[in-house]
Amino acid sequence: MTFSANISLVLPELLLGVSALVLLVWGAFAKKTSPVFTGAAVLALLAAAVLAAISPHGHAFNGVYSADAASAFAKVAIFVFSAIAVVLGDRWLAARGDQKFEFPVLVVLSAVGMGITASAGDLISLYIGVELQSLALYVLAAFRRDDAKASEAGLKYFVLGALSSGILLYGASLIYGFAGSTRFADIAAASHGAHGLGLLFGLIFVICGLAFKVSAAPFHMWTPDVYEGAPTPVVGFFAAAPKLAAMMMFARVLGDAFPDAVSQWRQVLIIAALLSVFVGAFAGLAQTNLKRLWAYSSIANVGYALLGVATGGETGLHSMLMFMVLYMVDVTGFFACLQALSRDGKPLETIEDMAGLVKERPGIALAMTAFSLSALGLPPFSGFWAKFYVFKAAMGSGDVPLQWAAVLGLVGSVVAAFYYLRLIKAMWFDAPVGAVDKPQPTARAIGFAAALFSFPVVLVALVWLDPAAKLAAAAFGHL
Amino acid sequence: MIGLPHYLIVAAILLTIGVFGIFVNRKNIIVILMSIELILLAVNINLVAFSAYLHNVVGQIFAMFVLTVAAAEAAVGLAILVTFFRNRGDIAVDDASMMKG
Repeated sequence: MTFSANISLVLPELLLGVSALVLLVWGAFAKKTSPVFTGAAVLALLAAAVLAAISPHGHAFNGVYSADAASAFAKVAIFVFSAIAVVLGDRWLAARGDQKFEFPVLVVLSAVGMGITASAGDLISLYIGVELQSLALYVLAAFRRDDAKASEAGLKYFVLGALSSGILLYGASLIYGFAGSTRFADIAAASHGAHGLGLLFGLIFVICGLAFKVSAAPFHMWTPDVYEGAPTPVVGFFAAAPKLAAMMMFARVLGDAFPDAVSQWRQVLIIAALLSVFVGAFAGLAQTNLKRLWAYSSIANVGYALLGVATGGETGLHSMLMFMVLYMVDVTGFFACLQALSRDGKPLETIEDMAGLVKERPGIALAMTAFSLSALGLPPFSGFWAKFYVFKAAMGSGDVPLQWAAVLGLVGSVVAAFYYLRLIKAMWFDAPVGAVDKPQPTARAIGFAAALFSFPVVLVALVWLDPAAKLAAAAFGHL
Repeated sequence: MIGLPHYLIVAAILLTIGVFGIFVNRKNIIVILMSIELILLAVNINLVAFSAYLHNVVGQIFAMFVLTVAAAEAAVGLAILVTFFRNRGDIAVDDASMMKG
């Protein structure tokens, strides 16, 4: 393959990487951000999404990077949600008079990392992608540096994130040693048939490291603290794009490098998925802070996505991609609504703060009700369809433990219904505690758009989203 | 004669010390950063030992990448630690407890 053919495959990441550097120099000379600056970052992300959709498929740089329909599907979603995060973050910081040009640059850099992980074909490129993404996210968590809670959140995220990278890396070193190569295709060939103990040991370490990144139980302990402390738009970003990227990493490592070890990794994933669903459901019951509540909700939802990954194969990947994209819309919309609201200049943080919201701001209360019902999985909201695909894939797999896991997952979502309904009850039936300020227009508009997607639009969107995900899943691993 | 297993055992011990350093240590966040470096060094020993054993250079290239990223990681970690210190005036682990639950 010629050099220019390789370059044409990595064009989306290349464009974003160059834009991030140009934006950094531009910001350093201009010393402040401007609407044009933010617009340029959004434009770069959207252009990369278009490029990812139309660029050719194939292996680049001797298989270190593989662009296929699955990575293109994930990348379009990742880049679009990163662009939304740039807009939301910019508005949030502007409302606090704390706009800094580093915010869009960091989001673009983490998007480059997420794109690389979604296309990784080698342990080295996987690691570089993970770190590029994580290092930018640590800084985003601590972005409000004068806020004691934000810096504590950033510190906790950094320490546990670095530990998880170390564990992932130790697993990668064992896989390299026992397979003799870092490339996924060679690992799959080397381990054909029988998997030695060394390889499985390495695989378990890698799964633990990745479970940290998606905040699956029992590696979820950083999530509530980081979500509570980090700025609201950053939390909305954390819960969406990086989760999809990490789920793609799971699919890459397990599907490309260990396709013959399904029976081994499926057990591990089922346990992690069930633990996540139940930790998310039960620990969420005791929460009063909304950001912590949605942290536990995201832990539970990651459990359902992991069930899709555990199913494996075409149907499993298809259900995981559908689940993540539909969940990302919900969570982004919820945090957009939350960031739009304030009372006397202070953000609304607890469930009590939301009391009687429907009398103050009926539109936002309705949107947040839609997101809660959707996350709970009530038909006909998008969250129902997301869970529908995952359960259908698990039930159709013919694997008895997996089918039981799906049944237990359904039980978990019934438990979690309590806290979503408590939030809805506070908004609709409790007495208002005081006037809410005028909502931030941009965040409110994004929240309304997501709410519209969550109910009526999803029925139309599924008609083309479903075949696109199916196409992506079918192309995975066949280049 | 020192063979591959000896290197792997040293690396496994270093990894264990690093992980325990993060979870058992209750005093100082700088010690946590040192523990993270220890984990990454364990990985590098593994990679270079495997690379020599397999006569395959990829492991050493991987180790170079790990070294570079470790430097970047330490820079970001210390920067976050500085903002934490400016807000609290202390870097004791037990102080990082504004949020619990």
